[in-house]
Amino acid sequence: MSDPLFSKKNLTLLTEPLNSSNPITVQVLGICSALAVTAQLKPALVMALSVMAVLAFSNVIISLLRNTIPNRIRIIVQLVVVAALVILVDLILKAYVFDVSKQLSVFVGLIITNCIIMGRLEAFALGNRPWQSFLDGIGNAAGYGWILVVVGFFRELLGSGSLLGYQIIPENWYLSNGGFYENNGMMILPPMALITVGVIIWVQRSRNRKLIED
Amino acid sequence: MENLINIFVKSIFIENMVFAYFLGMCSYLAVSKTVKTATGLGIAVIFVLAITVPVDYLLENFILKEGALSWISPALADVDLSFLSFIMFIAVIASMVQLVEMVVEKFAPELYTQLGIFLPLIAVNCAILGGSLFMQQKAFLNVGEATVYGLGSGVGWFLAIVGIAAIREKIQYSNVPAPLRGLGITFIVTGLMGLAFMGFMGIKL
Repeated sequence: MSDPLFSKKNLTLLTEPLNSSNPITVQVLGICSALAVTAQLKPALVMALSVMAVLAFSNVIISLLRNTIPNRIRIIVQLVVVAALVILVDLILKAYVFDVSKQLSVFVGLIITNCIIMGRLEAFALGNRPWQSFLDGIGNAAGYGWILVVVGFFRELLGSGSLLGYQIIPENWYLSNGGFYENNGMMILPPMALITVGVIIWVQRSRNRKLIED
Repeated sequence: MENLINIFVKSIFIENMVFAYFLGMCSYLAVSKTVKTATGLGIAVIFVLAITVPVDYLLENFILKEGALSWISPALADVDLSFLSFIMFIAVIASMVQLVEMVVEKFAPELYTQLGIFLPLIAVNCAILGGSLFMQQKAFLNVGEATVYGLGSGVGWFLAIVGIAAIREKIQYSNVPAPLRGLGITFIVTGLMGLAFMGFMGIKL
């Protein structure tokens, strides 16, 4: 490989998915798991990291195998690689952060069918070298992760008045303690995740007008 | 019987795949531009879910679960293969989707070209794997309950995608702010539909 490891072209692989080709808000991939785990910040963070691990390593593995996989059975091969990595992640989560793993429940398993992963394997790893694929995996997972973290941040702050489990809104502000504040219980409910993502898309597109659809 | 109806109604309205768990959102957002294609994909999902959930139920209870192998010989009673469930489920789903694809191609070629890439992509539609994983979590008593659950989840998904497709057909004539057009407004409308569906919460038959 003649390129230096962090050439300009390689860096755009990392930065582009953060904004102008964001997997969630632009490519519309991987919405399924993105929304369900964001009622609190901590599961959102854990989910983002798990997806990053699976995506980066499956990208590298598929990219290493790309010249040996017969075209007709590539989907099955990809699924097997991804499923094996997800089983590893699942077991690691169960061993070290059991409570979060309980909260994420089926959504760790659903990383297998997360369209970001299949999408990147098909669109990128099958045609590029391992190092570029690794960067592409990290970049896309980061683009996915920051949306998750932003949604989780607002939902936990407005819905429970806390962040990562620590109380942020002072206790004596609450109505029950004679204050004026009440948590917005609706933010915890599933539909508000959709509306929060809708608003993020709105803000992003009004700043980056190239993304507007007609 | 009452129990079955309860599971059916619950999986359609209260634990709706789209509104309560956000499963299958990718194809839900991508294929909901017209009612006709949405109906086609919805039916395909009902079909695949109603087949894969009971098959995976049998797989889970006779092969994968701890002690499930004891029907072969008592010596296998403490074998626990449940760590393999992801791979086994996804294999069943992928082969079922292949089958549905062949059937649709043979009997409804028009629908087949319309669905295009999204038919094979049902294999990675989270709603399908999600159905099996929830089935595993809920630990149904018999295969009938699992079938009804799969059918109900499929019908719920069908209702959601047909509903949003109808709204999107109408919303084309509305003056939506430019940055919100397309994806943004679809998200917000789905959120509002989800709020409406939450009205069913707490219903017990």
